[in-house]
Amino acid sequence: MTVLIYLIPIALVLGLAALFAFLWSLKSGQYEDMEGAANRILFDDEPSHENQRKIETDDNERDNP
Amino acid sequence: MFSAPHSTCRHCGEPIPTASTGGAQFCCAGCHAAYDMIEGLGLDSYYQRRCLDPDQPTLKPDEDEVRFDFDAYTETDSEGLSALHLMVEGLQCAACVWLIETVLKKQPGVRHARINMTTRRLVLKWDGALARAEDLAHAVTQLGYRLAPYDPSLISAETERHEKQLLRAMVVAGFAAGNVMLFSVSVWAGFTQGMGEYTRGLMHWLSALIALPAIAYSARPFFRSAIGALKVGRTNMDVPISLAVILASTMSLVETIRMSDHVYFDSAISLVFFLLIGRYLDSRARGRARSAGENLMGLRARAVTILWEDGTHEIAPPEKLKPGMRFLVAAGERIAADGHVVSGESDIDTQLINGESVPERALTNTPVFAGTLNLSGPLTVEVTATGEDTLLSEIVRLMEAAEDARAKYVALADRVSRYYAPVVHTLALGAFLGWWLGAGSPWQDALMVSIAVLIITCPCALGLAVPAVQVVAGGRLLQRGILMKAGTALERLATADVCVFDKTGTLTQGQPQWTNAHAIGEDDKLLAASLAVASKHPLSRALCRNVLGAVLAKGVEEIPGSGLRLKTPDGEVRLGRREWCGVEAKDESAEAELWLARPNAAPVRFAFTDQVRIDAAATVAELKRQGFKVLLLSGDRASAVEAAARDAGIDDWHSALTPADKVARLQDLAGLGHCVMMIGDGLNDAPALAAAHVSLSPASAADISQTVADIVFQGNKLAPILEALLVAKRADHLIKQNFALSFVYNALTVPLALAGMVTPLIAAIAMSTSSLVVISNSLRLSIGAGFSFKRPSVVKPVQEQQA
Repeated sequence: MTVLIYLIPIALVLGLAALFAFLWSLKSGQYEDMEGAANRILFDDEPSHENQRKIETDDNERDNP
Repeated sequence: MFSAPHSTCRHCGEPIPTASTGGAQFCCAGCHAAYDMIEGLGLDSYYQRRCLDPDQPTLKPDEDEVRFDFDAYTETDSEGLSALHLMVEGLQCAACVWLIETVLKKQPGVRHARINMTTRRLVLKWDGALARAEDLAHAVTQLGYRLAPYDPSLISAETERHEKQLLRAMVVAGFAAGNVMLFSVSVWAGFTQGMGEYTRGLMHWLSALIALPAIAYSARPFFRSAIGALKVGRTNMDVPISLAVILASTMSLVETIRMSDHVYFDSAISLVFFLLIGRYLDSRARGRARSAGENLMGLRARAVTILWEDGTHEIAPPEKLKPGMRFLVAAGERIAADGHVVSGESDIDTQLINGESVPERALTNTPVFAGTLNLSGPLTVEVTATGEDTLLSEIVRLMEAAEDARAKYVALADRVSRYYAPVVHTLALGAFLGWWLGAGSPWQDALMVSIAVLIITCPCALGLAVPAVQVVAGGRLLQRGILMKAGTALERLATADVCVFDKTGTLTQGQPQWTNAHAIGEDDKLLAASLAVASKHPLSRALCRNVLGAVLAKGVEEIPGSGLRLKTPDGEVRLGRREWCGVEAKDESAEAELWLARPNAAPVRFAFTDQVRIDAAATVAELKRQGFKVLLLSGDRASAVEAAARDAGIDDWHSALTPADKVARLQDLAGLGHCVMMIGDGLNDAPALAAAHVSLSPASAADISQTVADIVFQGNKLAPILEALLVAKRADHLIKQNFALSFVYNALTVPLALAGMVTPLIAAIAMSTSSLVVISNSLRLSIGAGFSFKRPSVVKPVQEQQA
């Protein structure tokens, strides 16, 4: 049972860490636009014609090797 | 990468007319320009990503866009950047957000451009002059989106703060519940494996350490509401909840100190956690609809141009207007105050005030009202009433009075808890007295039983019964473009038995349609259209919509309030009012008409009527089939109302009603014991919408009507009304089922609790299962087909064919 002496504090500290991480994310406004956040990950940073062409060529090469 | 001719516009997806001003690939020059701009910036991948939603307004750049005075809304923020808050209309999917943000960021000097997709608000910041607002906004409006500035300080931060607080409380409770449960499981395992008394004591103390502060923090929303109710001498669902949580925690603490094993920390904290989930979901479900309403409230009246006596102009906020002052109203602007015309001639669109779909002519001395739209020519108006004294404010007052009356409606959950709470308290008290005095147990044990009764009966499932169903219903309606604004809207909708329609813009499309196209020769059509292209008058636009290939004739001149004229070698061609075209004969069979007068030919008459929506007749028939009494109340003329009533299949219609008349009719109906569902859109309907038992508004409605309506639906059809009704009926059914399930569960477990047979383990299990049963039952609402005459199809991402 002595194992509890350090397992319990570890469990509590881990839980608290997660709790504080959440409270921080809430405070920094990360829950204000859930729908946008879900979609934003799919945006390209700086799409350009070159990128677009490269992607298209890659696709063509993959389709007809 | 251009492909074979498209049948739909490459930018907005609308069908391309045969002789399009935008060339073979676009429906109009505006779309062509938008496409060029997007491609020029290298953003054409937008077209592959987006999904066009047929129910949303199209992306066609509006030629006669209402010009806002963006500069007046621009402010300088703390970092010295110019900042502008805008509401974006026309967002279809994430690709639109990406497009707008990228286009704006490519404008020189723009530092920050971010759209909140949930609330559809855009925050734009840039270096340098405030006056660039107009240009930046134009970059977006050119793409076909519509922008409206709003004042962020007018949007209440209160509800947002409240929701954040709920979320924080929920997370803290969840964290604590998880950890306490960890110790509880050890204790339960310890029962069978022989855990030492001191180890168990340690577990209990640790549980107390976590649970007590967490409860003190997370249960505050319940305590606050319970205290609020008790203060006014009532009781609500939160009273037994608070009581159970407080009693369970204190008693568990005492038991922990006594090293006994009746410790309920886990039950107490998970109860708080489960209930907070319900509360949070409930608040979020309404959040989106609420923010739509708030956006509308944030729209302030625009600036007005005051004309001082010395002839100078000043652009000022409308509050500065005083009776006797004169102000200018440009074509396309809304009139800011009541007054009468001093000079100028124009047509005034009064739909907002009286529901009339055809514009009125305004000449010198014609009275005009705040909120109406000046269509064709500039006017100078002398103010007779401002602010509180305008007809507009009068309507708002009428509306607020009606709304007060409706606020008395009590939600089903509160009605249930009114009876439920006293029963629970009596049972718990009875259990305590029975065991202590009746069976002679020590008072601690008797109190333990009574706490067990409170925890078991604790309306955990009851607290979830309504919000769980509402969350699912709200989500489902949202998918069909129906926003539920009031929490009790579905409950009230389910009981409605009379359906009252407004005419213009609700039952009808709200804009005149050309009705005698078949009777007019091709040449006349083309000639008329070649003049009409030049005008923004609703009748001209209706004419142009139906003539393909109309090309603007050179030299067309618009005479505000009269019509259009074109000088040709043979003489003058006129398109306009009857008298102006020199026609004597009277024909009142249509709502509105235009005449075409040419040299050496008989004048030709173009008739227009505001036609009923495509599915109006089907919707009315379905409502009647469901047993509704259907009425039409309109402020319009009798002949127009009769025609619309006939087309929609409504027998009971009333015309020429003022807003107050409408309210009176609704009150009469309510007096007869009917529950009235009112569907309206105009400002003149707002008081009636507020007075009705439940009210719906199309998304095209006046801002204020949308604000008072319980439910706002999008699209050009009336079928959403039936969908909302269907969901309301099913939600009502499920809520009642949930209550029944909770009562059955209580009937089974309360005797156990009364008999003193409930251990902490049983309490925890029983509580969680009942909550899960209620939640799963609620989820049934999301399955099953929606209402449809025929199911609408959603256009999937437009895939460009590579040539």
